[in-house]
Amino acid sequence: MRNRFDEQLFELNREIIEMGAMCEEAIAGASKALTTGDVELAGKVRTNGNVIDQMERDIEGRCMKLLLHQQPVAKDLRLISAALKMITDMERIGDQAEDIAEIVTAMNGHTMEGMKLVEEMARETIKMVTSSVDAFVKKDVELAKRVIAQDDIVDDYFSKIKCGIIALVAENSADGEFALDLLMISKYFERIGDHATNIAEWVIYSVTGMHKEV
Amino acid sequence: MSNIITVKDMCLWYGEHQALKNVNIEIPEKSITAFIGPSGCGKSTFLKTLNRMNDLIPGVKITGDICYEGTDIFAKDVDVNNLRKEIGMVFQKPNPFPMSIYDNIAYGPRTHGITNKMQLDDIVERALRDAAIWDEVKDRLKKNALGMSGGQQQRLCIARALAVQPKILLMDEPTSALDPISTSRIEELVTELKEKYTIVMVTHNMQQAVRVSDYTAFFLLGELVEFSKTDDIFSQPQDKRTEDYITGRFG
Repeated sequence: MRNRFDEQLFELNREIIEMGAMCEEAIAGASKALTTGDVELAGKVRTNGNVIDQMERDIEGRCMKLLLHQQPVAKDLRLISAALKMITDMERIGDQAEDIAEIVTAMNGHTMEGMKLVEEMARETIKMVTSSVDAFVKKDVELAKRVIAQDDIVDDYFSKIKCGIIALVAENSADGEFALDLLMISKYFERIGDHATNIAEWVIYSVTGMHKEV
Repeated sequence: MSNIITVKDMCLWYGEHQALKNVNIEIPEKSITAFIGPSGCGKSTFLKTLNRMNDLIPGVKITGDICYEGTDIFAKDVDVNNLRKEIGMVFQKPNPFPMSIYDNIAYGPRTHGITNKMQLDDIVERALRDAAIWDEVKDRLKKNALGMSGGQQQRLCIARALAVQPKILLMDEPTSALDPISTSRIEELVTELKEKYTIVMVTHNMQQAVRVSDYTAFFLLGELVEFSKTDDIFSQPQDKRTEDYITGRFG
């Protein structure tokens, strides 16, 4: 019986890794579309959003089945409950990548090229998502802790960009819509950082049994 | 919550074979403690030692201390019958005496000298009520207990144990011979009983330990590996052997 359980847990792990990879791809795509103004790429990110949603439902179903059939305890219970929480954050990351892509589609060729800070913020956020998924794959508590610490860097970028936007509006009030788009986009990246932080916290819980919030 | 039983460095041998090795445990009163572990790990042996049931087995040697309410249960002046009145036992297989339901319950109080009919009636009713079986049997108290269902027989045995007003109830796999409905009735009953009694039960059903017990002790090869609050044992076991056993990856 436990061999089969182990196989199912292995499958669950694999699916989470796959969903994490999809999220990384979505946010990397959204960020590239943002700098290049590639509307086609932005469209692809939006379509992939549905795939991520479906993955969330599939993994949720698998977790429910495992809870029902195997009545897991100890590290197995922690893994499955952490998985249930993590996929919600992953799905939100996918949604926010979609939101960024949607703004890109509506910007009519207006690009963020040259907006160094936004590019850097995007890069830091992608790093957080990649590392949080990596931490899960490797059950690496130290890496998860680094992800949590990195959130401060992303938050700093958001504050800096906000100040930049205020200056931009003061300078050229005619470009108000672009300024708002910019603010929204950086806010989405900031939220993605928060979700990556949540994932990292659940990784720590799944390994150690301790959750920061509890 | 204070501890009703304190065990220090207890070892037990069956002849040459050491069945329990340096067991140390403190059992909190008015709570449910579950003993888990693979067959032959010593948990039933340990349970039986708590009211000196092992005295009856030839070749048994016990060292270390077991204190019940501060008194050494192996002290020379301890009356074993009295000890077993205070620390009752319910077995895996329901074992009613081949007599009426009433006489089954009255048996214990009678041997302890109670003969007054009204007093016995009162004890029988209270014990059957406490064991949540009164409503089912109140109209057939004179019927033979062997005619009851397995689940009813087990609750009757619990009532019989309660009739002598024990403080502790030892239960050796009390539901392993019962169907799921009878099992859940016993589990509910046990949860109610902990208001008044201390319950110590051996169970092979891990989910049962999670559902009903407040504390869990894990035994392996005669050793008490881990003892802690049930929620802690089943969410964050401290010992790798406990983790392997409860997650079913033992051996």
